Amino acid sequence: MSHPAVPALEARSITKIFPGVVANQEVSLQVHAGEILALLGENGAGKSTLMNVLFGLYHPTQGEIWVDGRPVTLKTPRDAIALGIGMVHQHFQLVPVMTVIDNIMLGDEPIRYGLLDRRHAEERIRALSHQYGLAVDPHSVIEDLPVGIRQRVEILKALYRNAKILILDEPTAVLTPQEIEGLFAVMETLKRQGKAMIFITHKLKEVLRIADRILVLRGGRVVGAADPQTATQSQLAALMVGREVILTVEKGAARPGAAVLEVTDLQAKNDLGEPALRGVSLQVRAGEIVGVAGVQGNGQTELVEVITGLRRASGGQVRIGGVDRTHASPGQITHAGHCSHVPEDRHAYGMVDSYTVADNLILNQYAQPPFARAATIQQAAIAEHAEKLVKKFDVRTPSIETPGGSLSGGNQQKMVVAREFSRPIQLLIAAQPTRGIDVGSIEFIHQQIVAKRDEGVAVLLVSAELDEILALSDRIAVIYQGRILDVVDRAAATREGLGLLMAGVKAEPT
Amino acid sequence: MGNRLLRGTSLLAMFLAVAAVAMTLLVNTTSLGEHPWLRVFFSVSALNFTLRASVPLILGALCGILCERTGIVNIGIEGMMLAGAFAAFVAKTSTNDWPLLASLLFGVGVSLAVGGAMGLLHALFSIRYRMDQIISGTVLIVLAAGISAYLFDRDAVAEGKFGAIALPGLSQIPVFGEVFFSNPPLTYLALLLVIVVHVALFSSRWGVRTRACGEHPRAADTVGIDVNRFRYVNTMLGGMLAGLAGGFLVLEAVGQFQEGMTAGRGFISLAAMIFGNWMPFGAMAAALLFGYTQALQNELLLAGITTVPRQFVSMIPYVVTIVAVSGFVGRVRPPAAEGKVYETESGSE
Ligand SMILES: Nc1ncnc2c1ncn2[C@@H]1O[C@H](COP(=O)(O)OP(=O)(O)OP(=O)(O)O)[C@@H](O)[C@H]1O
Ligand SMILES: [Mg+2]
Repeated sequence: MSHPAVPALEARSITKIFPGVVANQEVSLQVHAGEILALLGENGAGKSTLMNVLFGLYHPTQGEIWVDGRPVTLKTPRDAIALGIGMVHQHFQLVPVMTVIDNIMLGDEPIRYGLLDRRHAEERIRALSHQYGLAVDPHSVIEDLPVGIRQRVEILKALYRNAKILILDEPTAVLTPQEIEGLFAVMETLKRQGKAMIFITHKLKEVLRIADRILVLRGGRVVGAADPQTATQSQLAALMVGREVILTVEKGAARPGAAVLEVTDLQAKNDLGEPALRGVSLQVRAGEIVGVAGVQGNGQTELVEVITGLRRASGGQVRIGGVDRTHASPGQITHAGHCSHVPEDRHAYGMVDSYTVADNLILNQYAQPPFARAATIQQAAIAEHAEKLVKKFDVRTPSIETPGGSLSGGNQQKMVVAREFSRPIQLLIAAQPTRGIDVGSIEFIHQQIVAKRDEGVAVLLVSAELDEILALSDRIAVIYQGRILDVVDRAAATREGLGLLMAGVKAEPT
Repeated sequence: MGNRLLRGTSLLAMFLAVAAVAMTLLVNTTSLGEHPWLRVFFSVSALNFTLRASVPLILGALCGILCERTGIVNIGIEGMMLAGAFAAFVAKTSTNDWPLLASLLFGVGVSLAVGGAMGLLHALFSIRYRMDQIISGTVLIVLAAGISAYLFDRDAVAEGKFGAIALPGLSQIPVFGEVFFSNPPLTYLALLLVIVVHVALFSSRWGVRTRACGEHPRAADTVGIDVNRFRYVNTMLGGMLAGLAGGFLVLEAVGQFQEGMTAGRGFISLAAMIFGNWMPFGAMAAALLFGYTQALQNELLLAGITTVPRQFVSMIPYVVTIVAVSGFVGRVRPPAAEGKVYETESGSE
């Protein structure tokens, strides 16, 4: 591929050191106009850090940033924005209570007679969203929007500022397959218009599809490059992790026992007060993995929340281990119900950002021995527990005393998984358990899920990734508009069949 | 759901307002006015008292709104107010020989400046020194009480205070002209400030940025807004408003300074801010409600109504405050990021 001589954005030997962590070490990269550079790397490899440096949020300890062939200093994101750099962050940076218009224009507000000219902003947003096919209602409030739309808002935010260089930090982690297709179409359009893009993801399939060049980071350094034309998924995985990764899950046949989770005719409403579950019935037996497949927004989230006690059921019954737990509290379900929950939104339900890794690892058992004796917390036991789990689950953290919020996204997820997988349970509810996790760790977490099953735990797996559902499940329940449309055995399931069911088409028995 | 609640409350408020207006007109112009209980509730003097009692609460609540909307919890309004009152008193007494208006305006200026300085102190404690914001607010209260009591010269006398200015034309409107349009200047200013803060908060560049800093500072940072600079500036502006509330007490309401003269108004302001859901007009409505309860207390005593024991009458304002706030806490929504230090590598501290 031929490039204009000068890269749009260039990092020259960037080093970034946090107290106790070298997050980037002499990293250099170039991205040209009209090109998509994919950045791969394990959790904690330093991808987000590097992007934050290129966006002016962090200051490099050493190294230079060049834009259009000139060295620049990025003191604040304002400098980066002025140079045409835009960023879609791994954790969305939107003000939940504000409208789409306010969020997009924030920091660059049009003014008329001294006051905000919202109409002008709205026109520009409409024009942009039309031009790039990013449909969104400018007047809706962010907190009412599903993640897929929120992401469109983030992209519009960058385009509104005339970004020429777009940094996309794991934009696909929270999207459904359909939304990912939409995003790729937008990226292709942007590419044709000569924008330079840096794209971060853990999904190797996506990289091979959309990237023009691939760069791999490990331990804060660039460890290699690859050409998407010739590279294979397992090559990339090996380059990222530094060893061979088995991309398929190895598991024996399930030996299911008695029913542990029995959901009968369950009904519940969503946050807007509309019916989200319209009579879900489902059984998960000890020693089997039941996968819930479905297009996002068909009631999966609500189903998990009702089972775990986070949302009220408006009808129906949930029995765990033969005991009615329909209106039990999350605490009762966790302890008396011996249930673990890997939540879909780790920031809302999975962890406390400002607590240390050690404290995050005992959030659901801090009041029990050996972590508490009488009324006192046993620091030594907590530390020992934390050291063990951090090692076992390969949570990359400078120490167990580091605040959970400063871990990389994937390592936060591993921390939550570590906690939920390390206590005696009869039921495991795993919602998007590998969201934002690198291939090496996915392999490990999948093995752990299978191991739980083989110990006799009943596992309910909810995932937006059909691949993950197919890889792990013994039976697959397809949810559509708040109902379980069908439950199929893994052996009988095909990608196409599930796709049809997820679209609401149920084959008539012939 | 929150919206439905808000719409419900504003409908109810509107209905009550219309009913109150009608009753006021009737009581003050017809023979209904001979009924002592109705006079207690609706006489012009009760309404005037309400407004006078509300002004410091309105200004205090606006102070709270400016600080908290930008993410800084301010329970020190009481202290800022007291400091402003004392400063206004000192300024007034030391310029007694100036022309009255000049001396009063000087007092206003000094109360603004000292309030602003208290705001700066709170911002420094909270941002630069990462002090817990509740503690920092408490420090301000203790500081203002201590210093003002220590420096207070009990023999000093402030000569003169702001008098009422009848707005030509408007003050001729029957009943309401007397209540709304023949007031001293700082009362007009406070009402005007409610409108100004509301418009600024929701329709100006400063306003969206302020709210973004209070809701999601990181998001504000990523679009190039200097979060901590906004927090400094707004906390100082808020301090100025609280200082002005103190100035009002000395220069317009009482005319003198007394130790601890703010008497909890800073805290009631805080309640008004919460009850008003961090909205300027909501806070004003709450402040008027609280002011009205004080007026009732006053009117009941004046009217010599003894069927209700005095102790209960004196409790009214506090009981209403507690009931109002406890009924609403949990339904109103404070700015999401308030009270949290924002750590960043970009921007100022
Ligand atoms: N603000 C911070 N303070 C201290 N350490 C940090 C901070 N941000 C990141 N780190 C550390 O820097 C390293 C790199 O983190 P980074 O977020 O860049 O990883 P990443 O490659 O984006 O990972 P992921 O795929 O999980 O998102 C990690 O070890 C992390 O703990
Ligand atoms: Mg990251």
